[in-house]
Amino acid sequence: MSVRRLAPAAQQPASFTFADDSRAKAQWWLTKYPEARRASAVIPILWLVQKQEGWLSKPAIEAVAEMLGMPQIRVLEIATFYTMFNLEPVGKYLLQLCGTTPCMLRGAEDLKTICKHMIGPKGATSADGNFTWIEVECLGACVNAPMIQINDYFYEDLSPEILEDILKRLAAGETVPPGNFVRRDTSAPEGHALTLIDERLYDGSRGGPITLPNAPEKLPANADGGNG
Amino acid sequence: MVRLIVDSVEIDVPGEMNLLQACEIAGAEIPRFCYHERLSVAGNCRMCLVEVKGAPKPVASCAQQVRDQRPGPNGEPPVILTTSALVRKARAGVMEFLLANHPLDCPICDQGGECDLQDQAMAFGRARTRFDETKRAVEEKHFGPLIKTEMTRCIQCTRCVRFATEVAGVPELGATGRGEDMEITTWLDQVVTSELSGNLIDLCPVGALTSRPYAFNARPWELRKTESVDVMDGLGSAIRVDARGQAVLRILPRINEAVNEEWISDKARFIWDGLARQRLDRPMLRENGRLRPAEWAEALALAAQRLSAPAGSVAAIAGDLANVEGMKALLDLLNSLGIQNRDCRSAGERPGAGPREGYLFNSRLAGVEAMDALLLIGTDPRREAAVLNARIRKAWLSGQLARIAQVGVATDLTYPVEDLGTGPDILEALAAGTHPFFGVLDKARRPGLILGAAATARPDGARILRLAGTIAARAGLVLHANVEDGPWNGFNVLHANAARVGGLDLGFLPGAGGRDRESIVTGAQQGSVETVLLLHCDEIDGKDLGTAFVIYVGSHGDAGASRADLILPAAAFTEQNGLFVNTEGRIQEARRAVFPKGEAREDWAIFRALSAQMGKVLPYDSQGQLRKQLALDHKAFAGAMGDPAFNPEALGELGPVDAIPFAPAPNFWLTNPVARASRTMVECAAGARRSVSQAAE
Repeated sequence: MSVRRLAPAAQQPASFTFADDSRAKAQWWLTKYPEARRASAVIPILWLVQKQEGWLSKPAIEAVAEMLGMPQIRVLEIATFYTMFNLEPVGKYLLQLCGTTPCMLRGAEDLKTICKHMIGPKGATSADGNFTWIEVECLGACVNAPMIQINDYFYEDLSPEILEDILKRLAAGETVPPGNFVRRDTSAPEGHALTLIDERLYDGSRGGPITLPNAPEKLPANADGGNG
Repeated sequence: MVRLIVDSVEIDVPGEMNLLQACEIAGAEIPRFCYHERLSVAGNCRMCLVEVKGAPKPVASCAQQVRDQRPGPNGEPPVILTTSALVRKARAGVMEFLLANHPLDCPICDQGGECDLQDQAMAFGRARTRFDETKRAVEEKHFGPLIKTEMTRCIQCTRCVRFATEVAGVPELGATGRGEDMEITTWLDQVVTSELSGNLIDLCPVGALTSRPYAFNARPWELRKTESVDVMDGLGSAIRVDARGQAVLRILPRINEAVNEEWISDKARFIWDGLARQRLDRPMLRENGRLRPAEWAEALALAAQRLSAPAGSVAAIAGDLANVEGMKALLDLLNSLGIQNRDCRSAGERPGAGPREGYLFNSRLAGVEAMDALLLIGTDPRREAAVLNARIRKAWLSGQLARIAQVGVATDLTYPVEDLGTGPDILEALAAGTHPFFGVLDKARRPGLILGAAATARPDGARILRLAGTIAARAGLVLHANVEDGPWNGFNVLHANAARVGGLDLGFLPGAGGRDRESIVTGAQQGSVETVLLLHCDEIDGKDLGTAFVIYVGSHGDAGASRADLILPAAAFTEQNGLFVNTEGRIQEARRAVFPKGEAREDWAIFRALSAQMGKVLPYDSQGQLRKQLALDHKAFAGAMGDPAFNPEALGELGPVDAIPFAPAPNFWLTNPVARASRTMVECAAGARRSVSQAAE
């Protein structure tokens, strides 16, 4: 992690206004809390702003602070605390590439090479403004490693070829449905089930008492029947 | 009360105390960084860990209340251990983590010698480091001309954030980022805009926030410490003056719960460089339009000659920084000469004549915390008495002081204020009982009003005083002992300067048929007042004194000295022992920390010498004798109690008031000659102007 600051002045827009639908959604959040506790809505509203703009600019933070009656620094504290808030502009598609151990073992490094090749260095936005890629820690989809989160959704079981294809289709303006990209049901084994396939599991014939080889010898019960 | 056993000492403490306080009562020392008695509990430094018998791991004693402790299985009191092996190990571990990222720059750090981290590392830390990795470095921050930042040293205790948000009421500081990247900063690196910002320096347990003007000046063990009181406003905050040789190098607060708790305003803290600049260090007299140095004998002879003119043509005005002894000696001299033209209300304020309650802050400063409704009249406590303003805010935060209203120019006072209007005409409606806020005061159990003394410095001032008194009388602000709920006196006059109440207690007011401040000025313009003596008085524009011969007795070359025809150099408040009476009538002594500059003399000694020159020798040869005389002549200095039948409705004079708005408070930074001579204060004033003009853009 590195120090998180507001984007440099040159990148900051002159102003920020809530779009009608974000304003309406913000109002919904505001009604959840008592007037004096409006500040409680700060995270959902910052998220709405990020949905609308893709990132949190200085004027946007000021607008949220004003909406919630908070000092600006309080909003900045939150925006800098949570790394999911982008403090700099990102492309239309934000790729969060998981680089943690399971994904790394399953080929995340190769995906990085594709990203570097097709988009550019980590954190940079592609020339067409479509893509930004960053490396993140575990997103909790290790069974479908390697994976990338593109905007809100998980794209799983990727290979360099599949990722290349996804990026090309997204760049062409297509919609690519999220999910896993090999033939399997969610995180079930590819093709067919490989475990729990013994029929006897399901007709009850596998059931029955078992004896552990290193269990302690059974002693005769105490006359009181108690153990203390 | 809950019984606890702390290190085998059995104590009974109130349940709402935290363990840290309980341990201190039991005599155990608990190290801490983030915990501070006057701030909310953050519990993030973990230095105050103690062992609670039965708890699975050490607990942060600042964040656990006594009443939450579980008794033993047979009802024994909970047992707290503060010196066990577990506690020692926990402290050493916490200290190791705190030091992991703390630079080893103690030799060049201004906090060195008075650093909590240094002291506690010595007392509770490990002897050697096991840390091999690189330390973090934090980008510089800019907190303005008063606070020097070195944020690499910060240990993220967040005391400064909590002070700014809670006490100062300027939520401008925050902690951005997290983990190792957590930084204390302001929004867009803006300057902290509080009149109390200097207290951040005291609160900071390490050298992250230090005093910029004092930077690299001295080590604490080189300084000679003198306990004194502040004279920059009317509160008389308790201060400690630190000097090395003959130079005052810094001013720090002392704790006085009844006055300033442990805060002082930036003006009190940072004017010390003004004590060494623009000083009058030898007598001077004007010849052919230019001042030239003179000997004391020559100067005193000239002064004596001028003062022995017919009494009606001589006048004296005592100003904002005059101590009681100086005014007493001058008053006695004037009396022996029959001079009736005299006034200590150098800004032209009206409160003064009549009982002491008519010009005091009667509820006392701490009484603000008992109030449940407050009316501010023509006063801006944030600028006129910054520490009092923090107390008003504290009362508001506690929920006790629910309604605060203001008549005067609205400014940000750091708490919500109902704006009733800008001019004194609103007071007529309040006094008549027709204004809704009158009902609020009337219903309140402990109502109060604060009348800015400076707000009465206008032609209808005496009538404003009467209206304020009328409101106080009719809304039940003054309850005598025989009343249910009494006694209570919520009629408060806030003086913005240190000298005034002392002068009023002396009766440094026009004698029979004498001129007051306004009349002295008009008399000087018309030529009927030929000699004006100004004692530490720079509140009068020199041009207003016409062609009168001006004798200036004071410490700084400012408005008074530049107009003066004769200058008798006097000691500043850090150079002489002198009494000051604060706005609530508390008599306190400002003590000598260094010797007067050059040939300057103590105020009272100048008038004693002058009296000898004139053959009217004053009946005291030492300050001790003078103080004895003071107690004999003035009952306020003999411990007299107040007037039991004080009636605020009799103050001032009856008559209509103008609708002209009250004047806004003068520039906080530059209200007196010492502050105006201070480079730091001038820089602050310039910075404040800049930020105002930026805000306007």
